[in-house]
Amino acid sequence: MIAGGVTAGSALGDAQAAAEPAPTSRVALTVNGTRRTVTVDNRTSLLDLLREHFGLTGSKKGCNAGACGACTVLVDGQRVNSCLTLTVRLEGAEVTTIEGLADGDELHPLQQAFIEQDAFQCGYCTPGQIMSGVGCIKEGHTGSPEEIRESMSGNICRCGCYVKIVRAVEQTAGRK
Amino acid sequence: MSPQPQAAVGAPLSRVDGRLKVTGKAKYAAEHNVDGAVHAVIVDATIGRGRITSIDTRAALAQPGVLRVISHRNAPKLPYRDNAMSNKSNNPPGRRLRVFQDDRVLFHGQPVAVVIATTLEAAQHGASLVKVHYDAAPPSTELTKAKADKPTKYARGDAEAGLRNAAVRMDLTYSMARNHHNAMEPHATIARWTGDKLTVWDKTQWVLGTQTEIAAAFGLPQDDVRVISPFVGGGFGSGLRGWPHVIIAALAARVTKRPVKLVLSRKQQYFGTGFRPAYEYRLRVGSDRHGRLAAMAHELDAETSSYETFTEGVLPPGQMLYSTPNVQQTYRTVPLDVNTPIWMRGPGFATASFVIESAMDELAHKLDLDPIELRRRNEPDEDQSSGRPFSTRRLRECYSVGAREFGWHRRNAKPRSRREGDWLIGMGMAAGVYDTARMPAQARVRLDADGTAVVETASSDMGPGTYTSQTQVAADALGLTMRTVDFRLGDSLFPPTPPHGGSMTMASVGSAVLDGCNQVRRQAIKLAVEDKESPLYGVDANDIVVRGGRLHLKNNPTRGEKYQQLLSRNNRTHLEAQGSFAPPSGTQRYSFYAYNATFAEVAVDATLGLVRVRRMLGVYDAGRIISPTLADSQAIGAMVGGIGTALLEHTVTDHRDGRIVNANLADYLVPVNADVPDLKAIYLDGEDREADPLGVKGLGEVVMIGVAPAIANAVFNATGRRIRQLPITAEALL
Repeated sequence: MIAGGVTAGSALGDAQAAAEPAPTSRVALTVNGTRRTVTVDNRTSLLDLLREHFGLTGSKKGCNAGACGACTVLVDGQRVNSCLTLTVRLEGAEVTTIEGLADGDELHPLQQAFIEQDAFQCGYCTPGQIMSGVGCIKEGHTGSPEEIRESMSGNICRCGCYVKIVRAVEQTAGRK
Repeated sequence: MSPQPQAAVGAPLSRVDGRLKVTGKAKYAAEHNVDGAVHAVIVDATIGRGRITSIDTRAALAQPGVLRVISHRNAPKLPYRDNAMSNKSNNPPGRRLRVFQDDRVLFHGQPVAVVIATTLEAAQHGASLVKVHYDAAPPSTELTKAKADKPTKYARGDAEAGLRNAAVRMDLTYSMARNHHNAMEPHATIARWTGDKLTVWDKTQWVLGTQTEIAAAFGLPQDDVRVISPFVGGGFGSGLRGWPHVIIAALAARVTKRPVKLVLSRKQQYFGTGFRPAYEYRLRVGSDRHGRLAAMAHELDAETSSYETFTEGVLPPGQMLYSTPNVQQTYRTVPLDVNTPIWMRGPGFATASFVIESAMDELAHKLDLDPIELRRRNEPDEDQSSGRPFSTRRLRECYSVGAREFGWHRRNAKPRSRREGDWLIGMGMAAGVYDTARMPAQARVRLDADGTAVVETASSDMGPGTYTSQTQVAADALGLTMRTVDFRLGDSLFPPTPPHGGSMTMASVGSAVLDGCNQVRRQAIKLAVEDKESPLYGVDANDIVVRGGRLHLKNNPTRGEKYQQLLSRNNRTHLEAQGSFAPPSGTQRYSFYAYNATFAEVAVDATLGLVRVRRMLGVYDAGRIISPTLADSQAIGAMVGGIGTALLEHTVTDHRDGRIVNANLADYLVPVNADVPDLKAIYLDGEDREADPLGVKGLGEVVMIGVAPAIANAVFNATGRRIRQLPITAEALL
């Protein structure tokens, strides 16, 4: 599936020949309520699909290895690291990104809570934190600050806004 | 002039860019939609030192979508002139790395080629197919084994004699691991040429530094390069220099004649940008039996690269924090086969403070004195390095407020005396200090006839909230509401500002914004008092204030008019001014520093050596606080960063080939939510009128200083174990 079947060894021996085009797939998925059909390079992650093909740059690339959570989106209601999710696996899936969270001009309560609690500084991890927080609340992991901290620990915030992120999640969970 | 009412400054306001950030609409460097942009991926050297003997690009070029592979074999020669704004931050002494200009490899990870392709997938795969052969030499990457440069020295009194004659002596050696900034946004650059002019969207803390570095590398007039950077996803210092990848992006765009987007991978941040250097630091301390310091002798070795000599402000705390008649310092850089370090939050001071504040705790224990009492006994009356008075220094107040609010009296001075189940509990504290730096800055202010204003500066906002806090300053000075002021930054076309680092943005840029807004307000007031049609005609200009966009008599708010009425009646589309600030030249009359006292309570698993921070408190003397909500977030964030330095962060190098083995966020540990408990910040009310017109002393750095030693001291109090190396790992405690 990777690299169009060309290895470095064979290419070295046959320098002039162009390698075969990378295999592609046709995928139909729903992003923020809009059904989209795309033909993608099989190597394309959901994160790169969103950022590079759909112009939805709200989902962030922090590590591209599932270690930081900045790319967190909801796929069929579950929070996932979109950098570790291949687009070709998403036939029929429903994807929600930070751009699809607000209801028109009306912010999602967790977005509003992030502003009220000043739960971010540089803002780069924020979309991932919020999407993860939505998942956390949905999963019911909000019984105590400790539980929220544990459940939100897949999302790194290098500015160190954790205390306030916990408050924002608590505030939103409490309203439900 | 009548002082303006302060409605926004000092108010706990939400961020003006909050909505953009929580909806994903804030655009970071790699996210600008530049038509036709192609993707570039750098190929990193896989040896620690040596020469490139051959590069085979055929397999990469055969990949569909791959446009070019650029290396020293085919790259255009670049002039690399001296940078017009050269200073220690963007060009330390030495010869900067010149991308693809020769076959030499100076460190593991150095860029040796770049692959440009129409898709990111093709560029990434292409980069993996470039075959580079080397003539490798063994690299030197061990701080303790390499030869040091000639030292920088400082001395007052006679430290050796002071130590000899001291009743109490300690000889302590500390080591601090290298730290990487690891901001969440990877460094990224989009470069687009239009003829001979270049536009760059870059992650930078200084658009002007990046602009001048690109201009110097390509031999262009400065004005032919425009750098745009409206949002920066964290910096902590890594954005203070135009790094090689910025030049590579511009070069790739020139060669391919296409706009090029280049995003460093997380791994590439570890050698493509700088880091806080590792230190070996020996400190000898002598005091009398009452804890009064007689002498301190500092000998410190720090990492630098083989091609540039990076130094930072690691000496001042040892010269001015405590009353010490005899001081000597020997600061040696050690050139290694690594990339060049850069400032990282609380640069130098954080490192020195860990050593000094740990040693003070050791001395307090040795003398059976309370650590706060020991510090009080050594509080200086003046800055002993310069003989100048302190502009403001309220460290004593930080101690007393902190002790009271933290419950310091509950600390048992005897180590390892409090236990809860498996956990040993301890409390520690440390003092912190950071230089109040200020540099020249300018701001353009325009008040439009509709009663709204635009303020422009070339500054940055890497997260502290420049957009918000500068809007607060401008709104009050113009007498406008927050909503009617549009503050813009991050564009080299805007008026010049210093680097967004070293805690100097509010003091420098804020003072320029204040000046520009004051000028515009005075213009409006002058217009009104000289305008026969104005209700304020003939009034003393000094009796007028502006509030909510309406000029009125200070003592009679009913007499006045709105900016809109005044400007439209006078057929003025706008009023404008160029605000500026420059710190006083010549000899300073005062010594300017911000201070803190930081307190920590930790729990250490008695069997496993696991350290958990339970709670922390910081008390700060940082001058006037413009934006309390944002200041609180900065302090709490710095405590989190300090937890990382104290307990987690450690770059591990394989010295056989110079490879950083934990160049990723799974193995280079930074604090996560579960590591962070109850954190609290208190800012002392006040201002420093000598420092700058706003009365601020800077706070982004000082909040970081003292965090790591407070934690280390708490670990000692909990366990009786003194760990003199950072990070304090479970292994070190076993």
